[in-house]
Amino acid sequence: MNNEMRELYQQMILSHNKNPKNFRVIECPTHHADGHNPLCGDSLTVYLVLSDAGIIEDISFQGSGCAISKSAASMMTEKLKGLTESAALALFEQYHQLVTGKLKPDADEHGLGKLTIFSGIWEYPARVKCASLSWHTLKAALEQQAEITTE
Amino acid sequence: MALKLDEFIMKTLEQVRADFPILERNIHGQELVYLDNAATTLKPKSVSDRVALHYSMETSNIHRGVHLLSELATKDYEGAREKIRSFINAKEKEIIFTSGTTESINLIVNSYGRTFLKEGDEIIITEMEHHSNIVPWQMLCEQIGCVLKVVRLDEQGAISFKDFEKLLSEKTKFVSVVYISNALGTINPIREIIAASHERDIPVLIDAAQAVAHTKIDVQELDCDFLVFSGHKMFGPTGTGVLYGKKDMLEKLPPWKGGGDMILSVTFEKTIYNELPARLEAGTPNIAGFIGLGAAVDYINELGWDYIEQVEKELLDYGTAKLEEVEGLRVIGTAANKAGVISFWMDDVHPHDIGTMVDHEGIAIRTGHHCAQPVMKSFGIPATARASFSVYNTKQDFDRLAATLIKIKEMFS
Repeated sequence: MNNEMRELYQQMILSHNKNPKNFRVIECPTHHADGHNPLCGDSLTVYLVLSDAGIIEDISFQGSGCAISKSAASMMTEKLKGLTESAALALFEQYHQLVTGKLKPDADEHGLGKLTIFSGIWEYPARVKCASLSWHTLKAALEQQAEITTE
Repeated sequence: MALKLDEFIMKTLEQVRADFPILERNIHGQELVYLDNAATTLKPKSVSDRVALHYSMETSNIHRGVHLLSELATKDYEGAREKIRSFINAKEKEIIFTSGTTESINLIVNSYGRTFLKEGDEIIITEMEHHSNIVPWQMLCEQIGCVLKVVRLDEQGAISFKDFEKLLSEKTKFVSVVYISNALGTINPIREIIAASHERDIPVLIDAAQAVAHTKIDVQELDCDFLVFSGHKMFGPTGTGVLYGKKDMLEKLPPWKGGGDMILSVTFEKTIYNELPARLEAGTPNIAGFIGLGAAVDYINELGWDYIEQVEKELLDYGTAKLEEVEGLRVIGTAANKAGVISFWMDDVHPHDIGTMVDHEGIAIRTGHHCAQPVMKSFGIPATARASFSVYNTKQDFDRLAATLIKIKEMFS
């Protein structure tokens, strides 16, 4: 594989793909939504348990997808557990800017941490939706929409 | 002594490849391996040159000007229709030009379907149809209350004629089936389907979009009522499509789209429609495109069907064997009769990841559901990776694909 591919498919992405975190169903979620990517047929469900104070006490996902979409979902759940709903939505905005190439992780201020691993994805227009499906589904769940597609 | 096929092919293959300048391109620093022919075929220089010549030296509208350029353009455009007619052995006035297979099917659904089908009538399709041979019929069903019946796939990705026969009934009023599946490569038993349908006076449409560049089509021998295909999947320009119909069937069709060229006279009281084929071709068509399609027909004739079928049979056998050597790879669609397509699934690596990674080795394949989501569902997978080949592909193309897949497999395990 050439270097560009090794950069896109970094070890962290491959490892989350193989052993995704929080890859399970939450039986009684307070929020959940289904996301579909009609381009490739990927679909996933994001489950959330929010406390009365609006803190994400538990978050998980299920579904099928490519390595990019699966690792993005896995790392999203790791990042968001314990955060408030508004902090999660703020990260959604930053992440969205990141994967569309508008936020430069080295120059701009952000709280994305390890998620900057997806910063190179904007160079692969066909794959941006893979990296963002789980986040769009999260937003839909928080906004109490049942279903979204990344059209 | 008979010519040894291998020597014959190797010699000719180089010449064939030289006809397609894009094969000299480097993609991500690698020599292009183009294995996405089921999406669209490459264009030989003779086709792109012909289109360019029209735009640079021959531009004119057709069928209406009395000036020389218009007369010449009309002659070339109608000359392309004659080439297509002869190519599929149709009779006079049986070739309608459209923008592609999708428009051809929509024409039949909207013109024939809305005129001759009614509530409760059944239309038979198969589970391996492209969305373009599913959705227009579903739209018609919603509008007039007819019912879609679907012949299911078996584990090999084939349909059995017996299953088709079981769906035939007094209620069946139309059959619309694909000749060769774009997602699996399966060749359907269309001769039996057509014969059995005709015993009950049921008209049959054949979707030949994937078939047209891979096997010789003779509409009189097939005896289908309608046959549709796209120019861009047979080395021709995009935006060109064909609807073949038996003349008595086409004559029954009311116009679908209104506009210029499809009329004899227009007043606000009454419009008199033109004769076939103009009646079904409203508006200025893709003139340069169809003239280019004529050049594509010339190219196929120059290669000859013996050559095409031999080369592709060898590639199918070799490519299938080569890909099956990759550990954890499963070929999706293993019907006895196949052409042009090897779809596959790899354990632990999603097709989308395969697509991006082989692209960076210069290899173009298609990944996804191939506009055939019901096919994916029947195999219980969300998508496949698909290598689809044509006359300019080589065994080395499959060697490179297989070697890359092995590297991907290592990376992901």
